[in-house]
Amino acid sequence: MDPTSIPVLGVLIQLVGYLVEVLPDIAPIAIGLAAPIALGAMCGVIGERSGVVNIGIEGMMLMAAFVGFLVAGFVAQTFPATPWPIFGATPALLIGIVAAVLAAMAVALLHAWLSVSVRADQIISGTIINIAALGLTGYFNRLWIAPNPRLGAGTFQSFIPPAELTELPLVGWLLKAFLNQGPIAMSVIVIVIVLQVLLFRSRWGLRTRAVGEHPAAADTVGIDVLLLRYRNVVLAGAFAGLAGAYLTLEATGAFQNGMTTGRGFIALAAVIFGRWTPIGAFGAALLFSASDALAVAIALRPPTGHLGDLLTAIPSEFYASLPYLLTIIVLAGVVGRSIAPAAVGRPYAKESQA
Amino acid sequence: MDDETGALPEGAPALEMRRITKRYPGVLANDEIDLDVRPGEIHALLGENGAGKTTLVNILYGLAAPDEGEILLDGRPVRIASPSDAIAQGIGMVHQHFMLVPVLTVAENIILGDETMTGLVFVDRDEARRRIRALAQQFGFDIDPEARVETLSVGVQQRVEILKALYRQVRILVLDEPTAVLTPQETEEIFAVLRRLAAEGHSIIFISHKLYEVLSIADRITVIRRGKVVGSRVPAETSEEELAELMVGREVQLSVDRGESHPTEPILRVANLRVRDDRGREVVRDVGFEVRAGEILGIAGVAGNGQDELVQALTGLRRPSAGKVLMAGRDVTGASARHLGGAGLGYVPGDRQRFGLVLSFPLDDNLVLTSYHRQPFARGFVRDEAAIDAWAEKAIARFDIRAPSATVLESTLSGGNQQKTVVAREFSRDLKVLILDQPTRGLDVGSIEFIHKLTIAKRDAGAAILLVSAELDEVLELSDRIGVMYRGEIVSISDGSTANREEIGLLMATGGRESGEGATLERAG
Repeated sequence: MDPTSIPVLGVLIQLVGYLVEVLPDIAPIAIGLAAPIALGAMCGVIGERSGVVNIGIEGMMLMAAFVGFLVAGFVAQTFPATPWPIFGATPALLIGIVAAVLAAMAVALLHAWLSVSVRADQIISGTIINIAALGLTGYFNRLWIAPNPRLGAGTFQSFIPPAELTELPLVGWLLKAFLNQGPIAMSVIVIVIVLQVLLFRSRWGLRTRAVGEHPAAADTVGIDVLLLRYRNVVLAGAFAGLAGAYLTLEATGAFQNGMTTGRGFIALAAVIFGRWTPIGAFGAALLFSASDALAVAIALRPPTGHLGDLLTAIPSEFYASLPYLLTIIVLAGVVGRSIAPAAVGRPYAKESQA
Repeated sequence: MDDETGALPEGAPALEMRRITKRYPGVLANDEIDLDVRPGEIHALLGENGAGKTTLVNILYGLAAPDEGEILLDGRPVRIASPSDAIAQGIGMVHQHFMLVPVLTVAENIILGDETMTGLVFVDRDEARRRIRALAQQFGFDIDPEARVETLSVGVQQRVEILKALYRQVRILVLDEPTAVLTPQETEEIFAVLRRLAAEGHSIIFISHKLYEVLSIADRITVIRRGKVVGSRVPAETSEEELAELMVGREVQLSVDRGESHPTEPILRVANLRVRDDRGREVVRDVGFEVRAGEILGIAGVAGNGQDELVQALTGLRRPSAGKVLMAGRDVTGASARHLGGAGLGYVPGDRQRFGLVLSFPLDDNLVLTSYHRQPFARGFVRDEAAIDAWAEKAIARFDIRAPSATVLESTLSGGNQQKTVVAREFSRDLKVLILDQPTRGLDVGSIEFIHKLTIAKRDAGAAILLVSAELDEVLELSDRIGVMYRGEIVSISDGSTANREEIGLLMATGGRESGEGATLERAG
């Protein structure tokens, strides 16, 4: 096909039309795909706002995904139960979530100890966590899960919203996108809004921002900088834990080595792109996941005409790499200048020498 | 000398510190210091950098723990283990480096740690604003609680710090070198505030090393030297000379004899220079001046008015966006630092630890940092260790660098000796132009005296010297001509021998746009 024979303007108009047409279909997929990234980004926002860089989100997610799956699997094996009508929840799945969250918080505690008390380099601490998580989960996966192919607790089911809501004009598709989800993905938007409000309106938020910008100033008005950083890093770990639980207990129902596939790093990019705000990071996560969802839509329901020829001519690997390409572009600082909390990455020690 | 503070307040001390001792590895920072402050008194702590003043007040504010000694408030012994304890006891502190979060608002900074709340979770911002407005009105401050702190001038930021203390209802207010960053006018304003606070019964501890300030503001002066109280005086019964001697431990010459300069032909010429900062804003705007051989041109200005970028452009650390720089008639606009060094430019940077020295290198290597690649210190690409050693020994003796040997790491030396390393290296070269950026920042009186004398000697040897300093006193003392930099422009150049402190201060604060054309121009915040 001769590329010059394609009318560019026509193709662009067709593209916009196609996007509008598939939006209702890709929106639920995008929100589901955004969930682990957004939750990972919440982990990043809370830590970095109080001055602790966490590049170990990826590892925390992976540990949580593994522990959640393992615990849920064993509980399901020991106490079989019929799923409840709502979300298809079982005690095993719920205990799995709790286990995943606790596992990630334990790893976060290690990160807090290394970066707050030991005052180790936070990048190295995060790297250790990523490497250790990959190694440990891979090893125990082989030891416990691989010989046990029937281990598993299934997954949460998506909520089916009533038709009266999803068939509302204009907003119906949007409601469907947010409500036709499992419990973790559905809770993300709530978590994001609550964190946004708390960060900018609550005492905790004010102190968190102060500690991340100028810990000495916070210290001199009687705020315990180290304790606050500990609390924030460990609390942040809970969100990475939820992200991990989403992967094994809501999205796939299985554990695979390295199944986070860089989502923890994409989450970090979302933190920066979202300018260290929960809402912004969520928006960034949606952008990344939408590019993923678009690839799915193009594969399943390719557009017709010139546009279809063009889009299907592009290899699917290109679409699969879109979120990662976007991450690189964002991290390279192409999208505006984003200013990090001033004290991020710097351990705090009280001045001892005048 | 000041009728408002002439009368010494009577009564029991509001604060007593008894036999306070604090040891740091290798240093006795406080050695049995006694201090008492009465209600309504402004008590000055005078001493050189490193004398132990800051350690003492850090102990009072709970930022450091004393090894021995006790603190009494209104006669009761108290234990102050943290800033929260200090605040709870009614002690407030305005730190030398402001403890304000730049990206937060005035109100957020003031309430931080003692927030007004609605319920258990959320901050009551309306109540905070209301209280801060009331407090600001009570003390005659014009402050917008919703302004971001980073947009405020240094003087206003300092008031926010004071409000922060008053909001916590302090009775004892400590100010650590509060005037170091202020213009003379701002200093007068802050003094008026302090006198008013004292009149309302607050006790104030005022730390300074500026003699005339201490004499004008304090009711009593306690002088500290090497961690010990060496005397206590009332302003009416002492003099700058006596205080200086107490502070340093020997008779000091308070000002160098500048002598007469004999400038000849212009060596450094700058024309229409424009420089942008890292964020791309033009911070040096159309600056032009010349420095002649054998004279010192001082550039005064409040920090952050483009001096840093100007110096960087002249020393090859930053490319100017427009304009010309001529050195001895040759165009050196945008030349590299090494090229400029070879052409006879010496540079003593403002931040010696970042730009002047490699702290992890030994002293002798630092002494050849700008000449190691040339004869006689290098033969081809091989260093001549013997030549370097010989020269280092000479420089250490001549510039009185106190170091156990030439091979100790630079990081182990005191600030004064680090600065002498830079000065020794730069002053020893064959110079046409010498650029000094805050050459005595943070140094003791002895080192300042020494460096000032060397500077005058270098001038008399025929170097063209550009002195940039936020310390107005230093500029006034050394300069043959004084330029004032304001918002990226040099707004005036006047004769150093007739320059007037107040006039220069006013130019620093307003750029001289107080009247006439000033109506349409933006003014300092």
